[in-house]
Amino acid sequence: MATPAVKVYGWAISPFVSRALLALEEAGVDYELVPMSRQAGDHRRPEHLARNPFEKVPVLEDGDLTLFESRAIARHVLRKHKPELLGTAGNLEQAALVDVWLEVEAHQLSPLAIAIVVECIFTPFLGRERNQAVVDENVEKLKKVLEVYEARLSQSKYLAGDFLSLADLSHFTIMHCFMATEYATLVEALPHVSAWWESLAARPATKKVAEFMPVGTAGAPQK
Amino acid sequence: MAMKVYGPAMSTNVARVLVCLEEVGAEYEVVPVDMTTGEHKSPAHDARNPFGQVPAFQDGDLILYESRAISKYILRKGGSDLLRESNLAESAMVDVWLEVESGHFSSTMSPIIFQCLVVPFLGGETDTKIVQENLEKLKTALGVYEARLSRFKYLAGDFVSLADISHFPAAYYLLGGSHASVLDAYPHVKAWLAEVMDRPSVRKVVELMKLPSA
Repeated sequence: MATPAVKVYGWAISPFVSRALLALEEAGVDYELVPMSRQAGDHRRPEHLARNPFEKVPVLEDGDLTLFESRAIARHVLRKHKPELLGTAGNLEQAALVDVWLEVEAHQLSPLAIAIVVECIFTPFLGRERNQAVVDENVEKLKKVLEVYEARLSQSKYLAGDFLSLADLSHFTIMHCFMATEYATLVEALPHVSAWWESLAARPATKKVAEFMPVGTAGAPQK
Repeated sequence: MAMKVYGPAMSTNVARVLVCLEEVGAEYEVVPVDMTTGEHKSPAHDARNPFGQVPAFQDGDLILYESRAISKYILRKGGSDLLRESNLAESAMVDVWLEVESGHFSSTMSPIIFQCLVVPFLGGETDTKIVQENLEKLKTALGVYEARLSRFKYLAGDFVSLADISHFPAAYYLLGGSHASVLDAYPHVKAWLAEVMDRPSVRKVVELMKLPSA
């Protein structure tokens, strides 16, 4: 079998790396994941800096093209292989709504969810104790943000409208981590957000990517 | 009917949208939102931006928020080539550097602008520790930019794009503030920014952004 033309560099447990993998899985693109070790500092080695001068993962190589930033990678993969996940061609309004909810994910939801996930799941790996004050502060903000999602998803099946898009998919990997914390109840309490989450998590591509991110079993807090 | 942008032009996120409107020569109206009286948290504004932020944008029945989403809509509608969406490789590079602008440049400039401009305006004292921490992060990013702009004329390649222009609002405050000298160590960045700031669209919006006299 020929080596896939597409390579992703990084550690799949990262929700950013897995965001890129999810786009590839949804698009049905053959790819090779080149594993890297965060502990060994692979991301700071010269060969990685040549791919991503910001020392981060993921990096995607697609032929001659080398990309970093997981949302830019996901956009490229879908634009090339499954553009309908960015909205119907020529429909400016749909494309705009996909962009709006991608930005909302990036700026309004993910920073809060990530802060909670870091404290609840990843502090053992960072060699420190969980900071409950940080958790509490972010939980309060997240409740308000999720109310906006609940209102939105009461009006349409998916975030950008009645069609699945990258805006929805971009939430999956971070929410997968978040739903492994005891604060999953915040989502479970909202009927439309909950139903939307369930339908995302039921997709074959998201089920596959979930297996790359065993956060439920790796250092989950005592309930 | 003219497109409407809700929010003060001096807000970096509002300014980003305004420069795109200028780039495509669209007819638009800036509707003030008085953030000092909490108008951005009012029910009327909430109907346009449920996160209580500026800008909000209206084009006929379409209401949008998040400045980079609004910017792309405006550029696509206006037939601009600043996104390069007809070319896979080029549009991918525009997306990459737009993410970098958001995650590495504007994210470090935002607390600096807040501490150096907004806090004193509200009668408080600048937290120099926050400013210094973010200046260090900015310098790290500028080092990467310097290497990039030593190889390419613009961030996404040898063509100007939204990725470059999206830097202008934060750059405006950096250049006009007390930390402008941080750029001296990065000559390619400095020259690139000067060129961005010299665009007619940017000059026009800078006039709109100028703070009212005290």
